[in-house]
Amino acid sequence: MKTLEDLEKKINSELTTKINRTEIKHSQLYIDIDKKDLIDVTLFIKTNHETKFRQLIDITVIDYPENNQRFEMVYLFLSHEFNQRIILKYFISESEIIPTLTSIFPAANWMEREVFDMYGVSFKDHPDLRRILTDYGFEGHPLRKDFPLTGHTEVRYSEDKKKVINEPVKLEQNYRNFDYESPWEGTKYIKEEIDNNDKKN
Amino acid sequence: MTKKIKNLNLNFGPQHPAAHGVLRLILELDGEVVEKADPHIGLLHRGTEKLIENKTYMQAVPYFDRLDYVAPMNQEHAFALAIEKILKIDVPIRAQFIRVIFCEIGRILSHILNVTTQALDVGALTPSLWGFEERETLMGFYERASGSRLHANYFRAGGVHQDLPSGLEEDIAKFCKTFPKIIDDLESLLTDNRIFKQRNVDIGIVTKDDALDYSFSGVMVRGSGIPWDLRKSQPYDCYDQLEFKIPVGKNGDCYDRYLCRIEEMKESVSIINQCLVKMEKGAIKSSDGKITPPPKKDLKQSMEALIHHFKLFTEGYRVPKDEIYTAVEAPKGEFGVYLISDGSSKPYKCKIRAPGFSHLQAMDYLIKGHMLADVPAVLGSMDIVFGEVDR
Repeated sequence: MKTLEDLEKKINSELTTKINRTEIKHSQLYIDIDKKDLIDVTLFIKTNHETKFRQLIDITVIDYPENNQRFEMVYLFLSHEFNQRIILKYFISESEIIPTLTSIFPAANWMEREVFDMYGVSFKDHPDLRRILTDYGFEGHPLRKDFPLTGHTEVRYSEDKKKVINEPVKLEQNYRNFDYESPWEGTKYIKEEIDNNDKKN
Repeated sequence: MTKKIKNLNLNFGPQHPAAHGVLRLILELDGEVVEKADPHIGLLHRGTEKLIENKTYMQAVPYFDRLDYVAPMNQEHAFALAIEKILKIDVPIRAQFIRVIFCEIGRILSHILNVTTQALDVGALTPSLWGFEERETLMGFYERASGSRLHANYFRAGGVHQDLPSGLEEDIAKFCKTFPKIIDDLESLLTDNRIFKQRNVDIGIVTKDDALDYSFSGVMVRGSGIPWDLRKSQPYDCYDQLEFKIPVGKNGDCYDRYLCRIEEMKESVSIINQCLVKMEKGAIKSSDGKITPPPKKDLKQSMEALIHHFKLFTEGYRVPKDEIYTAVEAPKGEFGVYLISDGSSKPYKCKIRAPGFSHLQAMDYLIKGHMLADVPAVLGSMDIVFGEVDR
């Protein structure tokens, strides 16, 4: 497809039932789908001769702990032929198991392992779902918003045991997160409060 | 009489000099032939993405230097571009030229390191001695611009931190005159060298289709004959005003990737030269006081400047709620930042897409059926730096 608008139209007309929403911004096409349609949509945009999204750039997750469906899966695709990018997204809840893309893109293997490691999202039929970036025997999923920045354990060499041991983090001073946020543009929030009060009254 | 033969498992690294950092590669060997390679990564994992979520946008920049630490400014560039696109601010033209100059210097830095250490891995010592002298000069330029030889922290959303000191432009121009001679010297040592060719030609061949399937980028796709370079196809900053060629390989083997890197260094020199000619005096960062700090001299005079300064260095600037993926052509391939902002002064999420991660993933595919001695050659030609792979 020559332009992103054409691409948007094409995808919307070919995959009508599978696409929830499309949007073009920052010269990229953002598509919202449902979990069950992931494989179909991916296969379509990879193999169709008018889209040819032959490269899976990355897979990642955004964590919204306050949401019912906590994780938003994000897939980034690139088409060399048409020089376009697609960002494919859908929401899942914490316990859901999602389909793997390894059979379509071999590159998805490590990307999904990273997602599993960092967020604890499991993939169905993944050939080799192990932790990848964290230490052997690590517990927890570090990029979840409820995982503390300082972690749970620290590592040191124990002279007594003659080996490296894990023990709970001991900090001289707790990690402090200063709240600097105050209104930059004068007092907008006060205005909003006044407006709200006016409405109530 | 029959004998039972078992394949040998070999631990390559994590402290192997040819592993280019902390790679633990578990190889299954049948005699000297590699049957399977299982890279274990993460030994340099520092939780960069988690840390960035807890820092303001300005405080996050130094983390990017520590990803691919042989070409620090190229990473900062991706982050700066992402913020600029969300904030919709324009970068003054001089700042764009400065950024491009330093990105190309980063490219040369990275390619010198890679080409010479790849030669070192297959047995040639001299190129690294010659090449590192040039890296020293280039890091001197880094230091004069940013104050630091490696961890520059120089690019900002909206421009660069400070203007180039006087005399630096002339010295970079001088370097551009002498450096092509050094590339020729390196080539005279390697390009037609019998041993170097025996170790690299037809080793680690990547076909076009596999290069796409495995998410390769940068020299790894260009070496296989795919003319793809983000500087040309999705130009950022002032790359569209510059003329340069994209060297492309033919066979997709280690030797072609070496040749691509050599040619890219020559193109980089030409890009730097064009920038130096086109560059004029002018502003080096956006004039928006809400994004960029005021000049030092205003602090004592202007109340507004003082407030801006205080707010910028405590709270930091706020970025409206948005999401964006920006990618730059880093020396190693497509380096991307997927940034989610939530309207506060800290990123809600910042996913870093490192080219080396995808390249290393294909190690098993690349090395299967090769000899053990080819492992360093293939690893060298992939240009792996663990800072970015492990993040």
